[in-house]
Amino acid sequence: MAVTDRVKPRSAGHPPLRPADTKRVRRLAFSQQVSKWDVKLSPYLYISPFFILFAVTGLFPLVYTAWVSLHNWNLIGGQGKFTGLENYAFVVAQPYFWNAVGNTFSIFVLSSLPQVVIALVIAAVLDANLRARTFWRMGVLVPFVVAPVAVGLIFNNLFADQFGLINEMLKAAGLGPVRWHSDSLSSHLAIATMVNFRWTGYNALIFLAAMQAIPRDVFEAATIDGAGRLRQFLSVTVPMLRPTVIFVVITSTIGGLQIFDEPRVFDQSGLGGADRQWQTLTMYIWELGWGQRNFGRASAVAWLLFLIIVLIALLNFLITKRIASQGGRK
Amino acid sequence: MSSIPMIEQTAGKGAARAAARRGRGAGGTRGGRSSQGSARRPGFPTYGFLGAVLLASIFPLYWSFLVGSHDNTVLSRGIPLLPGGNFLANAAKVFDSIPFWKAMGNSLIVSCVTAASVVVFSTLAGFAFAKLRFRGSKALLVFVIATMAVPTQLGVVPLFIVMSKLGWTGSLWAVIIPGLVTAFGVFWMTQYLRDALPDELIEAVRMDGASMIQAFWYIGFPAARPAAAMLALFTFVATWTNFFWPFIVLDPSNPTLPVALQLLQAAHFVDYSVVLAGAVLATIPLLLLFIAAGRQLVSGIMQGAVKG
Repeated sequence: MAVTDRVKPRSAGHPPLRPADTKRVRRLAFSQQVSKWDVKLSPYLYISPFFILFAVTGLFPLVYTAWVSLHNWNLIGGQGKFTGLENYAFVVAQPYFWNAVGNTFSIFVLSSLPQVVIALVIAAVLDANLRARTFWRMGVLVPFVVAPVAVGLIFNNLFADQFGLINEMLKAAGLGPVRWHSDSLSSHLAIATMVNFRWTGYNALIFLAAMQAIPRDVFEAATIDGAGRLRQFLSVTVPMLRPTVIFVVITSTIGGLQIFDEPRVFDQSGLGGADRQWQTLTMYIWELGWGQRNFGRASAVAWLLFLIIVLIALLNFLITKRIASQGGRK
Repeated sequence: MSSIPMIEQTAGKGAARAAARRGRGAGGTRGGRSSQGSARRPGFPTYGFLGAVLLASIFPLYWSFLVGSHDNTVLSRGIPLLPGGNFLANAAKVFDSIPFWKAMGNSLIVSCVTAASVVVFSTLAGFAFAKLRFRGSKALLVFVIATMAVPTQLGVVPLFIVMSKLGWTGSLWAVIIPGLVTAFGVFWMTQYLRDALPDELIEAVRMDGASMIQAFWYIGFPAARPAAAMLALFTFVATWTNFFWPFIVLDPSNPTLPVALQLLQAAHFVDYSVVLAGAVLATIPLLLLFIAAGRQLVSGIMQGAVKG
């Protein structure tokens, strides 16, 4: 390091100064001044890229969405006249809006619930003293590297109404074919399956890490108290994983309510079915904004979805806090 | 959401049911958990269960290859069990109908640039948050973490307006710029550097007269290397698979891979053998990455879980 030699006199600099050194002292004073500013300003400089980028590409667009939503605003024509809450009134009166709200929540619940449960079970099994441990852990993570669009295309085929593998298997089992692409709930199930496919293994690894962080003596104590393995899983493991489960649920809420990729490629048109059976809110934003070129209305829906997510995040937070404080008292 | 306690409860019950189901014929499986640490190896049912999970993980990809290696009438003739010989022909059709190689190149550029940039800026910020003392650092870090919960994707309309004002719609810059640094990256590097880099080391080089940026470059960055590699991996995968914003802002003539891929299905006549051959082709690069670095992905997720 070249710096070391140059500034060494300062750190080692206690010997008395000769007159010839005054020039050097002045230079040292200056460099000390620079160093002081270096210490003071550098941290802010280093963290500034994030804050600038977040302000420009995250916060500003979000706030500006509210502004756009109060105007007539066309994709091509740009800003029109101020219309107050007209866009909101229009949107809220649309059956497709409420349909999209329902679909979004339905898909979300169908994906997050089974996902957490299955991930917990997989994690518990992975926690055993396995041979080829890394191999199994990698195995559950394979779906994570398949892009949601590719997942969507593949499952769209698996769930095909005609000649789809799932329906053929149902037929073989003596069950009637399910109309995955026309029944609303069935389509939600198919789309939720795609989400579960991609994220269950990922979440299982998160749970596994949390399980391994549980002190082993807790289990020893439970064993001494005569708790069986199943009992231990339910009464010790699951409760102690609570914070992790909450973390997973919160992150999947924020992502899940904005779901777009999988339902978008669930059929050719990408609008969510003939009767919008699986149109989600983000898809509705796209249809209004880029299909109908009405940025004002698209922004109104975006802002409403934002409020929904904030509301749910807040509820999440309150519940989490209560659970956490309960945990503290124990 | 009000359903959290419900989820918790249901999770417990569901897990109970599942565990009970597995437990029935399976002495060795039950709560594989407590056997860790003991020398006892779990029995066949555990591996059977994991084998089933593994099968479910890779079957859709195999299916995609299966259909993609036949012609488009294969499914009407019954379920195929073995791959056919049509994959290359279908791949050729993929290259004819979408700008596949251009999309691949674009995805590579966008993912590499984003990953590199996220790593540099996040490590820099993480170094500051973890190791430098400055006014407001705690509050600012809390702010960074809080932004992870902000659904910025909902700002697409104004973001699109801005990009078109700048004339960037259709250009890769529109995709690259918003992803240059992430809150997750900053948080991740802060957590890592806090433990991995001793304060004394920084003090020592500072005493030797190194400037802040030199301390970062010679001490901070090398110490951060393992976490930086994982962050690069995750950012690469996330950027490669990202769809919504690229789909909105890019033209079909200059797409990233996921954007190009869905064009296969948007055609008037859909040949599913070609579509699924395309899905396989688009997944191969990440599968290769996974084979090379899947181990790091696994430990990255597990470390993140314990710290986060």
